[in-house]
Amino acid sequence: MLKNRIIPCLDVKNGRVVKGINFVDLKDAGDPVEQAKIYSDGGADEICFLDITASNENRDTIYDVVEKTSKKCFVPLTVGGGVRSVEDINKLLNCGADKVSINTAAVENSKVVLDSSKKFGSQCIVVAIDAKKNGDKWEVFTHGGRNNSGIDALEYAEQMEKKGAGELLVTSMDRDGTQVGYDIDLMSKISSKVNIPLIASGGVGNLDHLVDGIKLGKASAVLAASIFHYGKHSVKEAKDYLDSKGIPVRI
Amino acid sequence: MNVSIVDYKSGNISSVINSFKEVAKDKVTIEVTSDLNKIKSSDKVVLPGQGSFKSCVDALNKIKGLSDVLDEFAITNKKPLLGICVGLQMFADVGYEETETKGLGWISGKVSKINNQNGKYKLPHIGWNQINIVKDSKIFKDIENNSHMYFVHSYEFVPNDEKVISATTDYSSNIVCSVEKENIFGTQFHPEKSDRIGLKIIDNFINL
Repeated sequence: MLKNRIIPCLDVKNGRVVKGINFVDLKDAGDPVEQAKIYSDGGADEICFLDITASNENRDTIYDVVEKTSKKCFVPLTVGGGVRSVEDINKLLNCGADKVSINTAAVENSKVVLDSSKKFGSQCIVVAIDAKKNGDKWEVFTHGGRNNSGIDALEYAEQMEKKGAGELLVTSMDRDGTQVGYDIDLMSKISSKVNIPLIASGGVGNLDHLVDGIKLGKASAVLAASIFHYGKHSVKEAKDYLDSKGIPVRI
Repeated sequence: MNVSIVDYKSGNISSVINSFKEVAKDKVTIEVTSDLNKIKSSDKVVLPGQGSFKSCVDALNKIKGLSDVLDEFAITNKKPLLGICVGLQMFADVGYEETETKGLGWISGKVSKINNQNGKYKLPHIGWNQINIVKDSKIFKDIENNSHMYFVHSYEFVPNDEKVISATTDYSSNIVCSVEKENIFGTQFHPEKSDRIGLKIIDNFINL
């Protein structure tokens, strides 16, 4: 039976982790490689890096991070943030990323999704959707949540599937950082609409939220940051809890 | 000993390279190459593959003489070869992804889309699934039955002769996920992304 995945996400800026595990015994709390290794040794099913480097001159730092991590971690590694072109994707894959997530570029030019999935295969193309509720629908935001594209998130999800996305990483902007749980309505509506796996993101505050994301939100995988970073829960605890609730996980 | 990972521009192979180098340490030389002479003279060959069946076959055929060299290596000289993901799928006679495409024809059978029961199951089949070991394969030495492996694929290899199947996995149907035919090995899952247990499979192959 296919297992639901738990994916810790690390925010990386200028090659350093800015939101990550806050363990006292960490040699270097800002080292993405060390943090990723802790997660993969702890049973994380995948690791996700979100590059939030703002300036162009420091953009290349992520390549070095990916290259070093992929030599130490032997679980899938997804990298996103600032991915603009097929060439960016190519570079990340060559450095050892297994999947690349595309956000703004996919909204602005869906051909990037089409071309990259043709060139590298759908299995490594994740389309990240940042969605915010507006009335009875959700709209897709770009540029790290700053710009409203006005595009309907459900229609967009369907369109991205057609363009060749292998997975969708759906973040509720209303919930992100609130720790009140995933936007279950958004997740389940998108998941029912498409035939590719959905990774739920944004809003996890406790382990029940992970259960809800899978059971109610129909997500194949759950992504979380804060609950793992600050030692609130380990990945193992999360898996044991999901298991106790009858959700299939890899233990 | 010398293991060649065939670099035929089949998409992303860095993870395969990293994992083999991690396992090999200094004991074994890992070559990443499309050089026909190097492949010929190596002790073992790894045939990775990502993307579609057609794109991999096309990429392989683009390198003049490569499929003949692989044929000679695996079929005539019977030296150990491991195919991973589409690398395994290419063992088949024919694949149906994008369009009907001729495979290497090493293990008789076809590669067709996983039956997702009219959308009841998501495709690609992505994530960790357990393998049911049905045959005592050399690459499964010290691998427990029902171990978790990482999968990502939408197409499956359906061999004509069930005796080549060494493991299956349960998804929308029972999917063949590992084969062994004499010196030819293949995994549909990605040992290079399957944590320590996956590295053990790579170690087993290297130590054959």
